[in-house]
This record gives sequence, structure tokens and C-alpha cells, in this order.
Amino acid sequence: MADLQPRPLPTPTPETQHFWDGTRDGELRLQRCLDCDHTYFPPRPFCPECGSKRVEVFTASGRGTLLSYVINHRRHASFDGPYCIALVKLEEGPTMMSNIVECEQTPEALVLDMPLTVVFERQNDDISVPLFRPVEEST
Amino acid sequence: MTGVAIVGAAETTELGRIPDASQLQLHADAALNAFADTGLTAKDIDGVATAGSTPVEIVHYLGITPRWVDGTSVGGCSFMIHVRHAVAAIQSGQAETVLITHGESGRSQVGRGGRGAGTAGLAQQFENPYGAMGPTTMFTIPVLRYMKEYGLTHEQLATVSVVQREWAGRNPRASFRDPITVDDVMASRLIAYPFHLLECCLVTDGGGALILTRAERAKDFPQNPVHILGTGESAESPMISQMQDLCSSRAFRVAGSEAIRDAGISHDDVDHLMVYDAFAHLPIYGLEDLGFCQKGEGAGFIADGNTRPGGQLPLNTNGGGLSYMHSGMYGMYALQESVRQMRGTAPAQVPGAEVSLCLGVGGMFAASGCIVMGTEATV
Repeated sequence: MADLQPRPLPTPTPETQHFWDGTRDGELRLQRCLDCDHTYFPPRPFCPECGSKRVEVFTASGRGTLLSYVINHRRHASFDGPYCIALVKLEEGPTMMSNIVECEQTPEALVLDMPLTVVFERQNDDISVPLFRPVEEST
Repeated sequence: MTGVAIVGAAETTELGRIPDASQLQLHADAALNAFADTGLTAKDIDGVATAGSTPVEIVHYLGITPRWVDGTSVGGCSFMIHVRHAVAAIQSGQAETVLITHGESGRSQVGRGGRGAGTAGLAQQFENPYGAMGPTTMFTIPVLRYMKEYGLTHEQLATVSVVQREWAGRNPRASFRDPITVDDVMASRLIAYPFHLLECCLVTDGGGALILTRAERAKDFPQNPVHILGTGESAESPMISQMQDLCSSRAFRVAGSEAIRDAGISHDDVDHLMVYDAFAHLPIYGLEDLGFCQKGEGAGFIADGNTRPGGQLPLNTNGGGLSYMHSGMYGMYALQESVRQMRGTAPAQVPGAEVSLCLGVGGMFAASGCIVMGTEATV
């Protein structure tokens, strides 16, 4: 563990700065088109569905489900042992890559479609990355 | 029928581990072999397309004065797309004789250019922080979803590798030729669950080159001409996480349907199929996205023996990226095998094959190119 390197960190661009400002401040921010109502990710200052530039940034619920994943067994300098690289289907529609934390990194524990919620892992003063943890399904 | 034919085709003299040649020299070795295949020289070439290196490097190194160049570089299917673009160039008169080259020191890493990773691209911002590290962790990520949606089993996935090894066993140039079983595949070490080592492609050195010209000139060359019947290309997303449907490649569907329509053929006309297989799930996706199988039926089609030697639709008859060779951008080798099958010179020749369909993938389901080839008898 002690020898792990920091994660490969993103360099925000003008188009993605709001997303990384959001994760730093504990919010998962998506974008929505004001003309066709399409919600999308990754960030861009226009709607990929209809081309409109009338788009807004909003704070997503942070809830999603486990869409698919692999458990990587090859060594990565930033990860300790086999780790899950996941695709999370967000409640608002878009899909994003992430890791699943607070969960055994095994096929038995990582069940497709299980509900997840976002947590933010601080990397430095500017960058926090959005990760997801399992949540108990409310009955 | 496009009126354009492949008149020269060759791989590098060696395949596998070639520590004494740079990547640029692998391009050149393949090109020189393709010249020998046709009787042409560099002075006869007026169009050049390549990926991995730039067309500028290739024309300079080989001594070509081009009036047409194409440096489309969208991963391993770039060479299928080069064929498509070369067809258009030859049809329009922008070029007469086009050379397409590939060389890659994937294993020995001799003289290999950097890829300029950076940290500000979308994939670098939104995938790399989570430990995505190359194709083994990204190309593979849709498959658990496919398994849940369509009931694909781990054993069926392993069967893809087993069947392709059967083909490789008939090919003296294949890297791995010994027969394997489903148990062997399942017992090989996990690379990225659910993928085992034997469900992932090789990493080797090699190259290949093609020479295309007008079909009416084709009879002037020593080899049986291979006619380009139809072509297609497409692209989707540089990020596997943004694939529209984890169970189907939009780029496969678009490129494949265009090539089949362009060729004016039906699925029943196809005698031989190549589907770029960087990983064991790709032939399954390819069979379905090309329309040879219904969604969810590709794995069963393979497990039932339809694609193995003697089956009704021979698939990846060189052994594929899983067993033959895979330098990183494998598409050139799939094209070479389609050419051999259409010439009637393949080590595992499909008797009477007259139409071959060759589907390439670029990146991780990021792009696709598709080429339909035929023999003299098909045109």
C-alpha cells in the first residue's frame, strides 16, 4: 500500500472545469439541454443530441446502478491488488466510468444492477474524483 | 463491385519476435515483399496510406513520390479504411496504384513512436483516473453486461479461443498452434475478470502491405487478382464508457451494413469471414452486428461448430489475433488472410471460397472498417 502512486489525475479543460469544480465541492454535475431536455456526459458546451448551445449545468442525484465492470488483475501503480473498473448508469441517464469502493472486489460482491451512490475521494486541492459505493435498497 | 483490385499483398518476412528491426523497417519489409509479389517498384506507386507511422515517413523511407496520401489513424481497422479510401481515390483518378503499409514492433518495442497520452483528453480525464490501463481493462468491460442480457456463459466465451486455435493449428506461421480446451482457457490466469489470458490477443511484432490498382490492370500481375466488392467505415466514441449499447457496436453495424450493401451481396453469399479478434468476445459481437446471427446467438453459433474447420461459415481462419499474431493494430493481418483465401493460397484454405468479408475494429469499439473481397469469378 505504502508504495502506491497517486491516481492518474485529470487536467480540466474550459469545457470540463465545472465538472471538476463540482466534484471538489462534493457535487456530481451533469449537463442538460434546455431545448430538447437531453441529459448528457462527458461535458461539452452544446447538446450532443440536437446541437443546441442552450445548455445548463445541474447537480445530479449521485445515484446510479452497476452497469458492467472488469476486475483488473494486472498491476497498476495506483491500485492495491485486483480492482474493479466499473461503468455506472446514473439515475439521470448518462453512463460514467468509476471505481466501486466500500465493497469486496469480487464477482460475488459486485452484482450487476446493484444500486450505488457517489462518494468523492480528494486527491489534492483542485481534484477530487467521483467514486461509487453500494447502497442498501430501500424497501 | 468497385472496379478496384488488390494485386499485391504480403506480410513481413518474419512474424512474432523481431528484435532486429525498427517499426519503420517492418513497414518497409512488408512493402518490399508486396513489391516482389507484384513486380512493381516504389517508382510505380503514386498513392500511400498508413497508420502507426505517417505517410510522410513511409514515402521518404521507401523513395516514393506520391500524388495522394492518407494517414487515417483510428486504431487497428485503419487499414480497412485505407482500402476504402484507396478505392475512392483510384475510382476518381486521384491515384493509380496505392500502397498501404503496416509495421508494428508491438512486442520488441524497437523504434516505436509515443502515443502522447496527456491528461486533458476526455478519456484521460474521465477514464484513466479509475485505473483503466489499455485494452485489457477497457475492451473487456462491456462483456459482463452482455452476459447478463443474453446469457453468454464463461464456457462459451472460452470456446471462441478454442475454435480459433483449431484454425491456428493448420497455419505454420501462427504463433500458438497447440490445441487447447475450454478447461485450458478457464485455467489460464485472470487478466481482467471475466477474461483469462487465453481470451486475450497476443502481443507480437510484424507488418503487412497491400497494393491496389484498377481492376482492368489486375490481369497484368502474377497473382490471382482479389477484387474489392464493397467497403464501409464508421466511428463511435474514444471512450468505452460512452458506447451507446454495451452489447452491440454501432461502428460495426454502420460499417458492416454499408460494405454489404455496397457489394450488393447477401449474407448467404459470404464464404469466409474475418472479424478482428483482440479479445474473445469480438467474433460474437461481429457475427451479430454484421447480421450473420440474431442478437444473443453469436456464441451459440460458434459453440455449435459453424465457424470451425469444416463449418458453414469459416471464421478467422489464420487463427486470429488470439492465436496467429497481434502487433497492436491487427487489421492488416485480417486483410492479408482474406486476400490469401481469395487467391486460393491460404494455409487453411476454404475450398471454393469466392467471397470474403473482413471486419476491423479500431480502439476499443471506437471505430470500424469493413471490406468485402471476391475472386475473379465473382465479378
